[in-house]
Amino acid sequence: MSPARPDAGPARTPAGPPGARPALAPLPVRGPSLLRRLHDRGVIVLCYLAAAVVILPLVLIVGQLLVKGLAGLNLAFFLHLPKPVGEPGGGVANAIVGTLILIAIAALIAVPVGVGTGLYLAEYGHGPFGGMVRYTADVLAGVPSIVVGVAAYGLVVVPMGRFSAIAGGVALALLMLPTIVRSTDEVVRLVPRSYREAALGLGAPRWRTIHSVVLPAAAGGVVTACLLALARAAGETAPLLFTALGSRFWTTALDRPIASLPVYIYDYARAPYEDWNRQAWSAALVLLLIVTVVSALLRLTTRRIARP
Amino acid sequence: MGVAPAVTAPGAPRRLAGRGGAWRRWLSPDEVHRRALALCALSVFAVVVLIVAETTRGAWPALHEYGGRFLTGTAWDPVAEKFGALPYLYGTLVTSAIALALALPLGVGSAVYLAEIAPRAVGDAVSFLVELLASIPSIVYGIWGMFVLAPFLRSIVEPWLIAHLGFLPLFRGYPFGIGVLNAGIVLAIMIVPTIVSISREVLLAMPRTLREAALALGATRAEAIGVTLDAARPGILGAVILALGRALGETMAVTMVIGNSNHISASLLAPGATMASVIANEFTEATSSLHLSALVAIALVLFAFTVVVNWFARLLVLWATGGRRDVAGAA
Repeated sequence: MSPARPDAGPARTPAGPPGARPALAPLPVRGPSLLRRLHDRGVIVLCYLAAAVVILPLVLIVGQLLVKGLAGLNLAFFLHLPKPVGEPGGGVANAIVGTLILIAIAALIAVPVGVGTGLYLAEYGHGPFGGMVRYTADVLAGVPSIVVGVAAYGLVVVPMGRFSAIAGGVALALLMLPTIVRSTDEVVRLVPRSYREAALGLGAPRWRTIHSVVLPAAAGGVVTACLLALARAAGETAPLLFTALGSRFWTTALDRPIASLPVYIYDYARAPYEDWNRQAWSAALVLLLIVTVVSALLRLTTRRIARP
Repeated sequence: MGVAPAVTAPGAPRRLAGRGGAWRRWLSPDEVHRRALALCALSVFAVVVLIVAETTRGAWPALHEYGGRFLTGTAWDPVAEKFGALPYLYGTLVTSAIALALALPLGVGSAVYLAEIAPRAVGDAVSFLVELLASIPSIVYGIWGMFVLAPFLRSIVEPWLIAHLGFLPLFRGYPFGIGVLNAGIVLAIMIVPTIVSISREVLLAMPRTLREAALALGATRAEAIGVTLDAARPGILGAVILALGRALGETMAVTMVIGNSNHISASLLAPGATMASVIANEFTEATSSLHLSALVAIALVLFAFTVVVNWFARLLVLWATGGRRDVAGAA
């Protein structure tokens, strides 16, 4: 219990003012009844327990991943291609490179459009059009990733005639877009008005003001938001299942199916071979390290900057 | 300002007023820049319209063929081209309900701990861990549910449930480990961070005077917390509904642990399937165009579901926190 928060005092005896109206006896003030004290203790203990139970899975999952995944991690795992069934060994080199390629495509699409939209919303988006775009960004944020995959299938895979890295990148870009838009909007709006007024007062046109003064001032937040969105997209599986599809070979062609770490884990975890399952655990550990460590570091650094 | 006479002012105003001024203004860097940004914004809007249009177009053959029976039919047989999505609607609702039943008390309890009981530093540290839990990719939850949680349920929890609560239809059957219960538990773990972090923000946004007034009237700490919770109810409800939206659409983890059966079973121990999991499972293997269309139709229904749920949740959180979009958008 923190000392800053006073408990409901149990038994205060109000001392009557000396000499004034002695006829009134001091009111007997009793603390809360036993039942209420028990209720108080019980509720607080339950809250402690709830917090412990919520943290427990984090410990269990990370612990299991380390136990089961660490054994299979060696240099070869990072450098080799998947081996055919029955041959031991093999690695995730193509899946790691594939994930990087997919993320790069997604970033190329989502970062410019997202930051541009965020800037528009923060600087000009006060009218009905701004409100409409903000609302659609919120809708897009809530669309399940599998639905985004279905839409990307219809919009990219079917016209192209085949599964491809581009289709996967587009699907991931759709998932990243709302996060980037919303964070840019928030961060740019935090830039003090006086910055804009100073730049405009010095004679800079509005576009110069936005690009040379406002955007640099907000750059830290915008970059963090983009990287967080990228990290989250790197762990997505569902939208890749029928866009990038996956591959067991070394592919870097953008118009062909491409491997990715999450899809590799999905395939290897469901395979009926113990060796493959072990490799799925190792790959999951790699993915967790990439995604969670990146987002943890980002959150820690921004926390220090952003907290007033 | 004000010292130089207006005569020395640059000719800009005159030029604007002169012939061709409108064109010049239209081509001025400021306007071009604004329009370029507006184009980005328009494309975000267009993308959402495209997604809706594409799923609707893809779903049309199935919806046209089956109409209302698509949502009420219980048979899903791609070979006989019979498509009724009720088993998946049912699976989605049941797994989400289990997840909420588990995550709601735990999430609100820990939010209360983090906002009202724990010292600020501890609250911040634990919230950070909870956010970390939210950043774990869903496939990692899936592999954990499949290889760790499922054997645990199969060997310990489910036999116990069958032995002691087997008189309820909910807990009849065989301990598979994989099934609706497993999916519900994994979903609960996945959505609890949403409930915790938003509820904590909502509780922290409540005026301190509420608690102080309750304490001054002689309430115990728990009773004072009750007063704050009462005031925060709409916001917490919003957090819970936002979490529900996430549970409805969650795909990979559920697909890996639910067992993928298209039968409706009263037992929580039996395998099932959700709307998202059936799409993930069958989309690449769909051979007939009607099958594909039926899966897209499920995607459309899921989309509509989540949009309505999220819209409702956002409204509640906005209302409860006095218009702080950052909290509403936290999830």
